[in-house]
Parts: sequence; structure tokens; C-alpha cells
Amino acid sequence: MKHLLSVDDLSATQIHELLELTDHMVEVSSRPIPKVPALRGKNVVSLFFEDSTRTRTSFDTAAKRLSADTMNFAVASSSVNKGESLRDTIETISAMGVDAFVVRHKSSGAPQMITRWTNASIVNAGDGWHQHPTQALLDCYTIRTGLNRRDSFDGLRIAIVGDIKHSRVARSDVQAFTMLGAHVTLVGPPTLLPPSLDGWPVEVSHDLDALLPHLDVLYLLRVQRERMDDALLPSMHEYSSMYGLDQRRAAMLAPHALVMHPGPMNRGVEMVIDPADLPGSQILHQVANGVAVRMAVLFTLLGSGSDLKGDAS
Amino acid sequence: MSRVVITGGTVVDQSGSRAGDVAIEDGRIVEVGTGLSGDRVLDATGCIVSPGFVDLHVHLREPGKEEAETIETGSRAAALGGFTAVVAMPNTDPAQDSVAVVEFVRQQGRRAGLCEVLPSGCITIGRNGDALAPFGELAAAGVHLFTDDGNGVQDPQLMRHALEYAGPLGIVLAQHCEVAALTKGAVMHEGSCCSRLGLPGWPALAEELMLFRDIELVRLTGVPMHFLHLSTARSVELVRRAKADGLPVTAEATPHHFTLTDEMLDTYDAVYKVNPPLRTRADIDALKAGLADGTIDAIATDHAPHAPHTKEAPLDQAPPGMLGLETAFALANTELDLPIERVLAVLSWQPAAIAGVADRHGRPVQVGEPANLAVIDPSHEWTVEPTRLASKSRNTPYAGRVVRGKVRHTIFGGEPVVVDGNATR
Repeated sequence: MKHLLSVDDLSATQIHELLELTDHMVEVSSRPIPKVPALRGKNVVSLFFEDSTRTRTSFDTAAKRLSADTMNFAVASSSVNKGESLRDTIETISAMGVDAFVVRHKSSGAPQMITRWTNASIVNAGDGWHQHPTQALLDCYTIRTGLNRRDSFDGLRIAIVGDIKHSRVARSDVQAFTMLGAHVTLVGPPTLLPPSLDGWPVEVSHDLDALLPHLDVLYLLRVQRERMDDALLPSMHEYSSMYGLDQRRAAMLAPHALVMHPGPMNRGVEMVIDPADLPGSQILHQVANGVAVRMAVLFTLLGSGSDLKGDAS
Repeated sequence: MSRVVITGGTVVDQSGSRAGDVAIEDGRIVEVGTGLSGDRVLDATGCIVSPGFVDLHVHLREPGKEEAETIETGSRAAALGGFTAVVAMPNTDPAQDSVAVVEFVRQQGRRAGLCEVLPSGCITIGRNGDALAPFGELAAAGVHLFTDDGNGVQDPQLMRHALEYAGPLGIVLAQHCEVAALTKGAVMHEGSCCSRLGLPGWPALAEELMLFRDIELVRLTGVPMHFLHLSTARSVELVRRAKADGLPVTAEATPHHFTLTDEMLDTYDAVYKVNPPLRTRADIDALKAGLADGTIDAIATDHAPHAPHTKEAPLDQAPPGMLGLETAFALANTELDLPIERVLAVLSWQPAAIAGVADRHGRPVQVGEPANLAVIDPSHEWTVEPTRLASKSRNTPYAGRVVRGKVRHTIFGGEPVVVDGNATR
């Protein structure tokens, strides 16, 4: 595997292998000195054309735990308009010697374009509305451990609730969850669904309450205020009353059900209840697992020939 | 004065098909027959000798974006594509909304001397959709086709007034049908592909809604309209019904809309970004049916050069448009299941009539007619190579594609401007 651009790039077997490897990375992360020399001498560059402190920090931590060298380029997405093209940016930084770029961009497809201009591996850390494959992997890992489903998600019922249309997380999660055997239902107002769901192996519902008692996983997406400007939503309050997780809805969930959110959360909108009061909340586990999953991804892309033994002394 | 003869070809025009040599002197056809001789012989063995092609829709980028194309390089691409006249779209900088700019474009076309460059005029000043451009002055300066191409005229009241005002001037208003409120940020066809790729969609409805509005305005005013680059099956049906109702409407389709689908965007390569966007297989079938039954009057290229670096951007940042002049005949010849007479009709004499140049382009190949001719080899197979195109830009979506049919010679105003596939100037 040279790049990780999309969940499309992965088979179910490859997802399982990455999740197995994540188990090792969790173990590494639990050591007193959570660091191995696996990627010593490798240069991992974070190229964030869109701000995301949490994802960048997660990748950065992952790379450092594998002893890679790391560089951060926070490039404003407008730099293209200011004169330097995306191609020039990539070629310039590549010339410094880069083994992997971790790319976040507001434009769908930008990481795929970048593969044309560099020999480095590209890890998509989120592109537009398109894909966020490491989020899908960390979500799979969280469900796998949270529900003790090591072999498959067969029979699991997962609802993804909210702004599916504009969500790279939803696109990635739908592919990954269904590839592992889960049954996925998308829930939200029609204005926040993609214009066509042809070829999506999902069901659609607008009635969250009817689904709740049957769910193994309730996955809430962030809903942004600007959706009201485009007349996609009448008000955040109305969204919250129809699709937000409040005390009443939380009580309808099965006791074993997990509640997940990619962050950052809108408290009072999609998350009305304090997640600290939700026994099934996985939100902080997702964050912790994110580092281990990204270690597994970077190791898979760059770590050929090295192993995970020893420490980084 | 020298005498040029085209020998060994088959003449095909609106009056049919016959074997014959064509002799040209002083810019006119002086003899059509067999065994003709002259000072300069152009071999047309195996070729069709046709009236030259007329492209209703090209972007030559001059003035304003000469790094992408100039009137000279665009004219050369046109000549190599068999075109003897092209209508230059008005989205230049400054826009073609004044006699001064229109005269400049025409003059640059004359200087290049490779085909007749027909400047279009804007419908509204600066193509801003706010105030009418001076149709009367521009018509007096020889402008026949008016459009805000790149933008649709959004305001229905302004569009109604434009048609009413245009009526007595005998000009044609051409619409780029796009309801802008429905295409905010859109980069590709709205459907299953854009949903999967996470890209904002350009719904078919945005084209059809304005087309419907304008057909009804034509019904109201009786003033003729031309519809640019139809891209959807419903659009073809709307024009078909309007024609059945006897309304004075005409329409064009581009080669890319009848050869490529939105699935090309899977690559995220901005070379496939175009406005209106590439659509679906069903739309392609409808456009082909429209060309076959006469609903669509013309193939127009919407030749839209863009400097390479501008297309090396993410889809939402790259400009829309693709090259078309040098590949149009080959694609029509390869992809349309039409008799050659029909292909030539939609490339030559039908668009000549819409452009208002039927007195000198798309004429029958007969003694006394102006010598604007395309000599084409319909069986010549070739591979599209971006670096071998005459256009200043490289944004063809057909790189590497093998197509059938090539222009061997182009005669413009009696002068061979393309000989054996090479431009002579």
C-alpha cells in the first residue's frame, strides 16, 4: 500500500490487518516510554490546508511514537490564490526529502491530485466532503473493542445521524462499516442527505426515535450553523428537537449501545445530553484510538522491513 | 492570379454527393468537374470536399487572457479543425459589449487570416445581468449573435426586454441556460457520482428551468433565440416541443457532451470540469437523438482554453472548460451514428445560418460561390496528443484517444490555410 486516500483503497482484509496492527500500537502507547524506533529516519510532513488542531496533533503524536521526523506546514487554503499553486507547494516541500505527506484540504480530491506531483506516500487526513479514511479506521477500531467484535460487524445495526451530505466522515464510515458487515441507516433531514444514494449500501430514515431501541451504535455528526444560511435547516433548535441526543432519547438506547461522535461536538445541538452522563459514550476512546490507528497506518505505509520491537533509546 | 485545384475528392454539400475536382481563383470556386488542373494541386483522394465548418461557440481569450489563447492561435486551431468561421464568445476582458472591443476582435481575426472571426456581443453590459448592451450599435458593427455566455441572464424581466428590444434588429440572442441559485459552488453533474465523490452538484434542472423560461419568452415575443451547449435529455425534449410548436428556436450541442460522462470526474482531474457539466449516458443518448432528428441544429465546440497551471488545481478551484476545435470533426465522425451529410450539416451550413453568415460560409460547392472549404479524410485514424495541438493550451479531455477522421486541407477565402494537416501561416 503506497497511499491511503480513501476507504475505497482498502479491502475488508486490509482493514482487519490494520485493526490488528492497531492492537500492537495500543500496547506500544501503554508502555512507560511509548515510543518505538520503527520509522526512525522517515520524514512525515503534515500539510494542513484547512485548520484542524486535533487531527494534526493526532497524526503528529502517532509519527513521533514511531520515531519519525515530523514537520508541520500550516498552509492557508487561500495560498493558491495568493500565487503559489498546490503543485508548486508539493514539489517544493518534496524537494526537502519527504516520505509521507499527511494532507488535510477543504477541496474534495486534493490528496489524490497531490499523488501526481510527489513520490512520497499520501495519507488523506480529510478532503472536503469526500473522505477521512483514518477516522473510519479509528471508528471501526472503537466499535471493535467497544462491542468486542474482533472478527466482523455482521448483524450490527449502526445509525449515522446528521449532515451526511457535507460529511467526509459519513462517506468513509459508511464504506468501512458496511465492508465489515454492519447494517447502516442514515438519519437526517432530506436537505442534509446527498442528492443521490445510488450504490450506497444503506437505508435511510427520518425517524430517529423508532430506530434507537434497535441500535448497537449511534453515530452523531456535527451539524454546522451555516447550513441555516443555505436554507437547509430552519433552525438549530428544530434540528436538535428532531435529531439531537437528549435524555429522553438516551434512555431509549439499548444498554450495550455505543454513542460516537467525530468531534468537535456541538453541545446543545446534536449532543444535548452531557456525554459524561452516557455510559456508552466512546468519544474520548475515539480520540485515544485515533493515535494508535494512525500509527498503524503510518507503519503500514512506511515501515517495510522494520519491526515494532525494542524501544527508541 | 494563381489557380488552386482540389483533385480526386468527393464533393458533399446540401445538394448531395458527387465525385469532382474543384478549381478556385480569386477567392471563388470557378469550376467543378473532372480532370481539372491548376497552378497548385491539393490532393483529395479518399477525401470529402465540404463547405467549411462554422463554430458557433469558441473562447479565444483575447483580449484579456492571452496566456491561454490568442485570436491567432485559436484561429489556427479552428483552421486545423476545418472551420472557416468561428463565433468568438464575449467573455473577454474587457467584455465584448462595445463597438471598440468587437472591432478589435474582428481586426485581430483578419490579421491572423486563418478563418473569419465573428465577434459575438454581450446581452448585458459586462455580462453582469443588470443593463442591456447597445444591441443597435453592435448590430450596425456587424454583430449577429448576442450572449452573456458563461453566465445565464438571471432576471426574467431583463430577458424579456432584451428579446423585445432585439426583435426589429434581426439579431439572435443566445442563452447559456443556468439558474445560478441552483448551481452555487457546483463543479459537476448532480447525481450518484457527485454524491460519492463529495462534490457539489450542478442539477440538470438548473439548465432546464431557464430553457423553459426562455422558450416561453420566445412564445411571448416571437423573437428568435439560440440555446447554447444543451447538456440534458429534458433540454433536448423541451427544444423538440418548442420546434413542434413552430417557435423560432435553435440549439447546439458540444462534442464533449455527447461523448463523455460525469464518471470521468472519478479521477478528480480538472480537465473534465466544464460548464454545463458532463452528464450521464442517458443524456448522451438524448443529445445524439436530438442531432439525428434535427432538434439540435449545430455542433459547437465551446472551445475553452485554460493555461495549464490553472487546471492543476482542485476541482472547486479550477476554471471550467475544455479544448474542442481540433477534435470536433473527428469526434462527430467517430461517435455519431449519422450519415456524413448530416454530420456536415450540423458542422457547416446549419450553424452558418444561425451565425448570420450563410451568404459566405456553408455555401454549396458550386461555381461562383466563395471558396471556404474543408477537405476531410473520414477514415484517417489518429491519436489526440495535447502537445501537438495548435491551441496555446493543453486542456483536451481526449489525450491518448484514437479517433477517426482528419482535416487534410482547409481553404479560407480561396487561400489554402491548412495543407496536408499543417497550417500554412
